[in-house]
Amino acid sequence: MKLLVTVKRVVDYNVKVRVKDDHSGIETANVKMSMNPFCEIAVEEAIRLKEKGVASEIVVVSIGPKQCQETLRTALALGADRAILVNTDEEVQPLAVAKLLQAVIAKESPEMVIMGKQSIDGDNNQSGQMLAALLDWPQGTFASEINVADGKLAVTREVDGGLETISLTLPAVVTTDLRLNEPRFASLPNIMKAKRKTLDEMIPADLGVDITARVKTLKVTPPAAREAGVIVESVEELVEKLRNEAKVI
Amino acid sequence: MTILVIAEHNNQDLSVATLATLAAAEKVASDLSSEIHMIVMGHESNSVCEQAAACASVKKVLSAQDAALENPTAESLAAIVVANADGYTHIFASATTSGKNFLPRVGAKLDVQPISEIVSVESADTFTRPIYAGNAIATVQSTDSVKVITVRATGFDAAEATGGSASIEDINVVSQISNNSTFVSQELTVSERPELTAAKIIISGGRGMQSGENFHLLEVIADKLGAAVGASRAAVDAGFVPNDYQVGQTGKIVAPDLYIAVGISGAIQHLAGMKDSKVIVAINKDEDAPIFQVADYGLVADLFKALPELNDAL
Ligand SMILES: Cc1cc2nc3c(=O)[nH]c(=O)nc-3n(C[C@H](O)[C@H](O)[C@H](O)COP(=O)(O)OP(=O)(O)OC[C@H]3O[C@@H](n4cnc5c(N)ncnc54)[C@H](O)[C@@H]3O)c2cc1C
Ligand SMILES: Nc1ncnc2c1ncn2[C@@H]1O[C@H](COP(=O)(O)O)[C@@H](O)[C@H]1O
Repeated sequence: MKLLVTVKRVVDYNVKVRVKDDHSGIETANVKMSMNPFCEIAVEEAIRLKEKGVASEIVVVSIGPKQCQETLRTALALGADRAILVNTDEEVQPLAVAKLLQAVIAKESPEMVIMGKQSIDGDNNQSGQMLAALLDWPQGTFASEINVADGKLAVTREVDGGLETISLTLPAVVTTDLRLNEPRFASLPNIMKAKRKTLDEMIPADLGVDITARVKTLKVTPPAAREAGVIVESVEELVEKLRNEAKVI
Repeated sequence: MTILVIAEHNNQDLSVATLATLAAAEKVASDLSSEIHMIVMGHESNSVCEQAAACASVKKVLSAQDAALENPTAESLAAIVVANADGYTHIFASATTSGKNFLPRVGAKLDVQPISEIVSVESADTFTRPIYAGNAIATVQSTDSVKVITVRATGFDAAEATGGSASIEDINVVSQISNNSTFVSQELTVSERPELTAAKIIISGGRGMQSGENFHLLEVIADKLGAAVGASRAAVDAGFVPNDYQVGQTGKIVAPDLYIAVGISGAIQHLAGMKDSKVIVAINKDEDAPIFQVADYGLVADLFKALPELNDAL
C-alpha cells in the first residue's frame, strides 16, 4: 500500500512566541523552526507500517516556503521514500491545504493519507477532515491506534469521553494524536542518505489551485497577562486563603 | 438571515458546551437581527429536541433521527448538515472532539474556510481565537458567504436554556448516512465525579505523581471538594490516567473557579488549557517551576507530604 504523509514546518514547540509590536503577527525572525510534532508522529506511523510490510512506499508532502525542504529531508532521513514540496511564500489556510493535497493525491493515488491532528502554530485542527471531505473518503481523526486488516482500517480515536474505535474502508485519511507512537530520531547515516532521495517541487498554479486566503487576520495581540500571586508557607495557610480570601472552597 | 447551531448531546441531555455555543450564536443574531435554529442529530433523542426547543433564543429545532446516529460518524453528521445548510448564514458547533471532527468536513463541502475555537464575537464576520497555544490572540474576519465556526466553551457564558417554545420539525436523513465509516465500539471513562469541562473545581496531577495509584491522593481531595480530576500530558503518556484527563493545548480547555496543579511543571502546552481559570493553585517541590508564574497561590512542597495534609485540612 502506498502512503502519503504530510509534514508542516512550524515554530518549534519549545519556543515561547512573541507578538510583534505592530500586532501584525508573530515574531519569527531568528526563531527555531521544526517539524510539527503531530506530523513527526504521522511519519513514524508510516515507517512502522512499512516495517510491518503493510506499506510499500511513503511519499511526504509539505506546503510552504523553500525552507520546508529541510522538514522534508528530515522525513526522508527518518525513512520516507520520496518528497514533494508545494512551494509558496503565501499563507496557506486549511481549505487551500486540502485542495492542494487533493491535487497531489490525484497524481499519486495513495491508499492512505496520514496527517497530524493539529498544527501547533495556527491550532486549526481542520486540514485532514477537509481533505477527507473533498476526496469523499472516510476519516479517522485523533488516532491513538491504527490497524489494517482485510482491506479495512480500524482506528482507535481519542475523544472527550475516552476512546472510540471505528472501521473505515480504504482509501482513508488518518490524523494522529499524541499517544499513537513515540517518534524515533534520524541516524547520521540516514541523514546522509536522505540527501540523495528525490524531492520534487511544484507551485500551487501547477496544481491548478487558488490558494487565496478566505479568512483575514486583522490583528494579533498578546493574551491577557496573568500576574504571579503569592507563595504560601503551609497547607494550613493555603486552605485559609482559599476559604477566606479567594472564597473558592 | 438564519443561524444554525448544531446540538451536542448523548441522546438524553443537551450538553453544557452547546449552551455556550448558542450564546456565541446569540451575539451574531443580535448583530444581524436574525433567527436561530438548532439541529439535533441522534437516535431517539426526543428529550434533547425538547430541551433545544426550550432554549430562549431558539426559534426552530430540526430533528434528525436514525439508529445509525446513536454513535454517529463525522461523515454522516457532516452530510446531514450540508444537506440542510441552505439559507443559513452561520453554522456553529462546539469545539469538542465531536465538533472538531465533523465541522471542517462541512466547511470543505461548502467551499468555506472554517474558523476554529472562537473565544469572542466581534461582529457577524469577525471573531477572536487563540493561536500558538494561547500565546497570541488573533482577530480574524471571514470573507466567505457562510461562516462555519467552532466555539470554545470557556469564552462564553451559557445561553438561557428555558423560556423558549420552538417548533420541532423532523428531517429525513437516510440518504446521508455514511457507509464508508462505521462505529465499532467505545471505551468511555466512567466516573462519579463531575466532567472536566463542566467542573467548578479541578485538581490535576502531573509526572510528579509518579504512578496511577498515587492519583488516589488527588481523588480523595476531589471527592471532598466535588472536583474533577485532570492531568498533564506527561501523566497520560506514562499511563497514570486515561487520555480524556489531559488538560492543555491539545487536550481539554478548562476554566474552573479553582484549578489545583500538583506535580505539574507548567509547560506552555499545559498552561494553554487552564490559564483562564479564576484561581490557580500550584503545588510543586521546585520553586522555579514555571507553573508558579501563573499561580495565585503557590506552595513549594513535596506533594506526598502536602496532599495528605490538604486532605486532612478540608
Ligand atoms: C505537540 C505537543 C502537544 C502537547 N500538548 C499538551 C497538553 O495538551 N497538555 C499538557 O499537559 N502537555 C502537553 N504537552 C507536553 C508539555 O510540553 C509538557 O511536556 C508536559 O505538560 C509536562 O508534564 P508535567 O508537568 O506533568 O511533567 P514535568 O514537566 O516533568 O513536570 C513534573 C513536575 O513535577 C514536580 N515534582 C516531581 N516530584 C514532585 C514531588 N514529589 N512533589 C512536588 N512536585 C514534584 C517537578 O518539580 C516538575 O515541576 C504537549 C507537547 C507537545 C510537543
Ligand atoms: N502547510 C502544510 N504543509 C504540510 N502539511 C500541512 C500543512 N498545513 C497543514 N498540514 C497538515 O495538516 C495537519 C493539521 O493542520 P491544521 O489543520 O493546520 O491544524 C498538520 O499536522 C499537517 O500534517
